[in-house]
Amino acid sequence: MNREELKAKLKEIIEPYVQNKEALENATEETSLLLDLEINSAHLVDIILDMEEAFDIEIDDENAERMMTIGQALDISEKLLEED
Amino acid sequence: MGRNRVVVTGMGVVSPNGVGLPAFKEAIKTGKSGIEHYEELERLKFRCTIGGTPRIEEELMARTFTELELKRLTASGVIYGIIAGMEAWNDAGLEVNASHDAEPLWDAGTIFGTGMCAMDTARDAFYKTDDLKVRKLGTTIVEQTMPSGISAFLGGRFGLGNQVSSNASACSTGSESIIMCYERIQAGKAKIMLAGGCDGGGPYVWGGFDAMRVLCYKHNDEPQKASRPMSATASGFVPGSGGGALVLESLESALERGAHIYGEIIAGFTNSGGQRGTGTMTAPNEAGTQRCIKEAIEIAGVRVEEIDLISGHLTSTMGDVLEVNNWSKALGLGKKDFPMINSLKSMTGHCLSAAGAIESIASFMQLEEGFIHPSLNVEEIHPEILKNIDESCVVRGFEKQEINIIAKSSFGFGDVNSCLIFKKYPA
Repeated sequence: MNREELKAKLKEIIEPYVQNKEALENATEETSLLLDLEINSAHLVDIILDMEEAFDIEIDDENAERMMTIGQALDISEKLLEED
Repeated sequence: MGRNRVVVTGMGVVSPNGVGLPAFKEAIKTGKSGIEHYEELERLKFRCTIGGTPRIEEELMARTFTELELKRLTASGVIYGIIAGMEAWNDAGLEVNASHDAEPLWDAGTIFGTGMCAMDTARDAFYKTDDLKVRKLGTTIVEQTMPSGISAFLGGRFGLGNQVSSNASACSTGSESIIMCYERIQAGKAKIMLAGGCDGGGPYVWGGFDAMRVLCYKHNDEPQKASRPMSATASGFVPGSGGGALVLESLESALERGAHIYGEIIAGFTNSGGQRGTGTMTAPNEAGTQRCIKEAIEIAGVRVEEIDLISGHLTSTMGDVLEVNNWSKALGLGKKDFPMINSLKSMTGHCLSAAGAIESIASFMQLEEGFIHPSLNVEEIHPEILKNIDESCVVRGFEKQEINIIAKSSFGFGDVNSCLIFKKYPA
């Protein structure tokens, strides 16, 4: 999966949690999950579980805490997928 | 200070024999049973392999919940309660301002009862936890398995700013919820309260009852014949599940809004027999039950002769004999002067914490439209019942009849009782 494909898949995963759907349409690597997409912080846990299932990876707490933007989520997923 | 009069202005129902007000009303008028046989119970070696489960269409789920809520919502009891609550709120013509900037409704609240609303969900969570996957539980296990999960969800949906909590008193829960909400409005502490009760179904809810041998096992091959309250051949209750909700409102507020009024609640009383005398964890102290009925009638300020219909607890067990005996003693009426008496559980099975709410909804439908719903499978009335009341008092088929006052009772494990008196409005 290249980065664009990964991004498309990630957007699909987070879509149900996003309150600002317009911001998701125009999301870039810098888009913040909480501030721009208005995802409820409690739901970040659920997004991580969904990513783990979709990509068959395990995101530990340290990585989870660094996942604030779309770009960071992609970085972490790519890294874990490579290690796999 | 005068006490506020309390009326019902909205209802919502999720019953094994009908989901939504129109389907449910049709079902109770035609005597439709919601009892089915379940292969799963057979496979799990239950003695009783039948029960009542509401049929929830996917379309209704999609209309009730957001995509996100649907992702992890698995608790059947929670689903029934929320669907019923939303139908009732909508039916009452109450609007919802979903904006975060909206002022909470300080005068509106809910006390929504449940018993075992999320056994399946809890079971999945236990398995994951034992499998060392606690981090995979997700974020909704707590809100689905806590008893106040239904009131918490509905409180957020409607923006309720008054009391938002849950009550539990086993099979008395639904009626108790109505009593608690009624008292809160009566006392002037709230104008609108959503009352209700719900319970999930299936093997993990019903298993404990099966093990106690209180469920019917003689009609596994003819499920719709199994629930036979007051019958000589009643042999145990049929387990059910579902949800019921009623919007209670001060008469003043209802008139001000020009709301539709289904009827008035003129009394409610709840007590316990203390598990003394004939009372135990599972059996009622007769003195407590009779006292509860008498107190409710006294609060209502009606003469016993004015009661047209009793919507009994009547579960299709030997308890039916005792219940009718208690009613007879509490009312002190002769055999022929006893009111008509029917049992909704003959069609729905025993919906546990939802029972009192669903049966109260049926009561208001009968009051408003002037009919008495059938009580199924009473071919031969139990001879002990006929010692107290005349055969003509036991409802069998549908009857078109004006009724003015209904007495509704519910009883539960823990030797707890509740009794409500409903009156036609306007009288």
